[in-house]
Amino acid sequence: MLRFVLKRLLSLVISLAVASVVIFLFVEVVPGDPAAYMLGMNAQEDTLAALREQLGLNGTLVERYLSWIGGMLRGDFGTSYTYRTPVAEMIGERIWISLPLAVYALTLSTLIAFPAGIWAASKRGSLADVLVMGFTQLGVAIPNFWFAMLMVLLFAINLRWFSAGGFAGWDAGFLPAMKSLTLPAVALALPQASILARVMRSSLLDTLGEDYIRTARAKGLSRRQALWRHALRNALIPVLTIIGLQFSFLLAGAIIIENVFFLPGLGRMVFQSIAARDLIVVESVVMLLVFAVILVNFLVDVAYAVVDPRLRVKA
Amino acid sequence: MSLLQVENLNMNIHGIPILRNVSFGVKAGEILGVIGESGSGKSMTALAVMQLLPVGSVATGRVSLNGHEMLELDEEALCKLRGNEVGMVFQEPMTALNPIQTIGRQVAETILIHENVSRREAMARAAEALRRCELPQERFPLSRYPHELSGGQRQRVVIAMAIALQPKLLIADEPTTALDVTTQAEVLRLLKRLAQEDGMGLLLITHDLAVVADMADRIVIMRKGEVVESGPCPAIFSTMEHPYSLALLEASDHQPERAGHVFDAPLLSVRDVVRDYALPRESLFGGAKHFRAVKGVSFDIRRGESLGLVGESGCGKSTLTRAILGLEEVQGGEILLDGEPVFSGKRPNRAVRRKMHVVFQDPYGSFNPRWKVSRLVAEPFHLLDAPPEGREREAAIIGALEKVGLGAEDADKYIHEFSGGQRQRIAIARALIIKPELIILDEAVSALDVSIRAQILDLLADLGTRFGLTYLFISHDLSVVKNVTDRCLVMQAGEIVEEGVTDDIFERPQHPYTKELIGAVPQLPEKRQA
Amino acid sequence: MNRSLILGALLSAVFVIAALVSFVWTPHDVLGLDIPNKLKEPGGAHLFGTDHFGRDIFSMVMVGARTSIAVAVVAVGIGMLLGVPLGLAAAARTGTLLDEVIMRGNDLVFAFPSLLIAIMITAVFGASAVNAIIAIGIFNIPVFARLVRGASLSLWTRDYVLAARVSGKGAARISFEHILPNLTNLLIVQGTIQFSLGILAEAGLSYVGLGAQPPTPSWGRMLAESQTMFSFKPHLAIFPGLAILLTVLGLNLMGDGLRDWLDPRLRRTKR
Repeated sequence: MLRFVLKRLLSLVISLAVASVVIFLFVEVVPGDPAAYMLGMNAQEDTLAALREQLGLNGTLVERYLSWIGGMLRGDFGTSYTYRTPVAEMIGERIWISLPLAVYALTLSTLIAFPAGIWAASKRGSLADVLVMGFTQLGVAIPNFWFAMLMVLLFAINLRWFSAGGFAGWDAGFLPAMKSLTLPAVALALPQASILARVMRSSLLDTLGEDYIRTARAKGLSRRQALWRHALRNALIPVLTIIGLQFSFLLAGAIIIENVFFLPGLGRMVFQSIAARDLIVVESVVMLLVFAVILVNFLVDVAYAVVDPRLRVKA
Repeated sequence: MSLLQVENLNMNIHGIPILRNVSFGVKAGEILGVIGESGSGKSMTALAVMQLLPVGSVATGRVSLNGHEMLELDEEALCKLRGNEVGMVFQEPMTALNPIQTIGRQVAETILIHENVSRREAMARAAEALRRCELPQERFPLSRYPHELSGGQRQRVVIAMAIALQPKLLIADEPTTALDVTTQAEVLRLLKRLAQEDGMGLLLITHDLAVVADMADRIVIMRKGEVVESGPCPAIFSTMEHPYSLALLEASDHQPERAGHVFDAPLLSVRDVVRDYALPRESLFGGAKHFRAVKGVSFDIRRGESLGLVGESGCGKSTLTRAILGLEEVQGGEILLDGEPVFSGKRPNRAVRRKMHVVFQDPYGSFNPRWKVSRLVAEPFHLLDAPPEGREREAAIIGALEKVGLGAEDADKYIHEFSGGQRQRIAIARALIIKPELIILDEAVSALDVSIRAQILDLLADLGTRFGLTYLFISHDLSVVKNVTDRCLVMQAGEIVEEGVTDDIFERPQHPYTKELIGAVPQLPEKRQA
Repeated sequence: MNRSLILGALLSAVFVIAALVSFVWTPHDVLGLDIPNKLKEPGGAHLFGTDHFGRDIFSMVMVGARTSIAVAVVAVGIGMLLGVPLGLAAAARTGTLLDEVIMRGNDLVFAFPSLLIAIMITAVFGASAVNAIIAIGIFNIPVFARLVRGASLSLWTRDYVLAARVSGKGAARISFEHILPNLTNLLIVQGTIQFSLGILAEAGLSYVGLGAQPPTPSWGRMLAESQTMFSFKPHLAIFPGLAILLTVLGLNLMGDGLRDWLDPRLRRTKR
């Protein structure tokens, strides 16, 4: 098991290294002179030189890459050109909106999807199954930001249960802060939950057809017992894959949803930076999000090994 | 009174009749063998006794198990009986166990489900059940997972689960079909011993007459959902009357008539062949390790000869087959067909490969489902430098189909329109179309029912005589090899341990492994004198 | 044929036809401003009402279908054109360095959701519909490569592939004669699903300004433009959103229906 985790950890580091090279090349090399790009056409020669100096653009490519990576490892992401503040500080503030939002949504979607999927599979062909499948079909098709707008219309503007946007701040207390994240989290979670519930159902139906379920029934287990004791954990393996894959969609969704609710998270920051041509901020946020995706996939791999003993020896 | 009494059992699935008026009984301590080919309804009979029928089935009649009317009980009552009074063992041990639970937990579950005992006690009793099934704790601790065990060992775990509560009746549905012959013999012995020790009734379902002939007290022969004949064993072998039973008996030990001429010159020579496989690397920096699947094998096949190659799974016979076919390069030695190497200069030798073709085991996986028969049969033309075209090509395809007993009208069909036996005929037609000299039969009849198998063996013998073909007959099934080959090789762990004239090997085996192998083959009683 | 296939095909056809018709005819001009008629409620001359510039929303939804479908089709095309050969090659050479490079490359691309690719492209080159196509297309490559590799690996173990090798056929020929034809069903089904995901992704990118730029009408941007007004003029947001929902729903139903219809295993059990 330890060997397995170490191996995965190694491939995590390699993935991160390669991803960072790709991002670095794309953002710092493809535009030619990033300083000229950021300042636009009418830049003065001396401001350009100052910015080049500030960005460390005077070294060789390898030196620049290494100093970028070295800085990030120490928590130094450089200084934003437009805000004149360290990028690490900006991210540090905003991540406390984006990260809780993503975790909140992932939790909600799992809590909805698992019971719905299991219920539909255990009552295959019944009204319950048809209802779950129908609702999830809608949930998969609905664009989450549009769903968010509809919820704002209903719950914020008509019913006035929630505010239409903005973030109460963690200083205002846990519950008010969570309340302002609730509509965004639900908007993110429901489409995710629909996909997950469908995967859960079909995976469970597949495992229920396996030979070992028949063996379990021959031992005297009821249909229900066979499902809970033997089918469920085996069915989790494909579900985990989807959770891992969905996480990147969730992150992307969170960035978009922040715009609907005017939440001052990473998403808002990155779009403002694009408009302001602040490449340093864009580069750092992209790297951070890619890190999150790769990390989640690593965790999913480890979770596989926990669920399935066969993987602990192999791979 | 019988332990299990089945009377006039009828069953439909979605209105299609599966069983018709099936009746038989099993007494305590008795072994009843149920024989039938595919589609005979033998497995459905077992599932009807367990009341684990597929959705949409309707069973009528009477199934009485130890006084319980199985067809009338509700699901809750049935759950109390399953595993407790009746246990069941299935065909495929590789998939019958939950891959992510330890074997101890799975065996203990039988006990925990039915009795109100502590987990610790259930585990202790599971260990005992496994020990009875010859999986002692010292070598097979309860914490093992199924993937750490071989097929035979997994089947013992399944048996341990079924007998943990010492049920009155054990149903075994083809319990040894997926196992090697020596393992089969051990598992059958185990089942017989358990039945005797516990005074348990055993319902043994199989397609193989010889398997039950050795151990059953009574035999029921089924066909298309009906019982055609039944009686005490082995007496039934000399009294059976029904034409189907007699045909089945004949087909089970079928000896096709062969009359080819064997020349002295070798057609295929295999010299000191070594085949290594790279194992998956254990660490990133360590050197690659190798597994030697074939360890310096040498033999000849003479022109016109039929040579058998027998061995159990993992002995290297499939690897050797691929090397002979020129699909993979060997790491040592050489393979010559008609004096020419099959693999030269890192590439397969086309001119040599034209002289041989192959027929595989699986009649379902051997054909691209999206191609018509004409295209499938003509595929080996790819080996020719100037393949026939137009009418000539068509004539060749039809000729090949007619040789195997099919017709021109079959050329335009897709493969799913044919039965297993017909598909094997098409595979033979595909092999024949480039007029090869050597045909390699890789388990070519192993997946077929015995009556179909007999027909295909006759066809092969006939073609061999007519076209002077040479056969390399690779099989795990010794009884077939015995009947269709002139000489025979026995392979174990990558080496040929014995070689000789087939009859000599079967009558006077020399090597201990050959003796074990032949001793393990279930025997039919001596045929009734005509 | 089954119900979801028919329903899904009908729904999708409505939007495809709307997109095609929009090339030659729309009820109103979508580029011209008509300020006196701005923010009209649905009904009368404007079936879906008008936006803050007085443009006809029904016409804009029609033209928006064009943008969405074009982006999604090209993006899926890119994914298939590059992903399928990569997957076939990886499966044909499984266990070799080529396979390893292709699969690790796939993993790397999977770490970049299309939104991140779009963000990077836009940050460097500025926003356009082409960015959306490239971003979604790149993300589709590993989707198809993985799918094709996985399915091909199991086909490579079939005896008919072995028979083809015995007949002297090479890996490339086997991939195209034996493997690819047996993957068509799978590719049709996955293509439909990726198509619907592409529509959703395009809408999301346009909504945050990383996709089609004004004046090209697009469903996502219509929603973005309605943001400040939809609380009192909900029709601005309802119709473009419904268009996305129904198109994606139609494609998903079609995908499910095709899966059942094309999979001979399922068909046999149903009969």
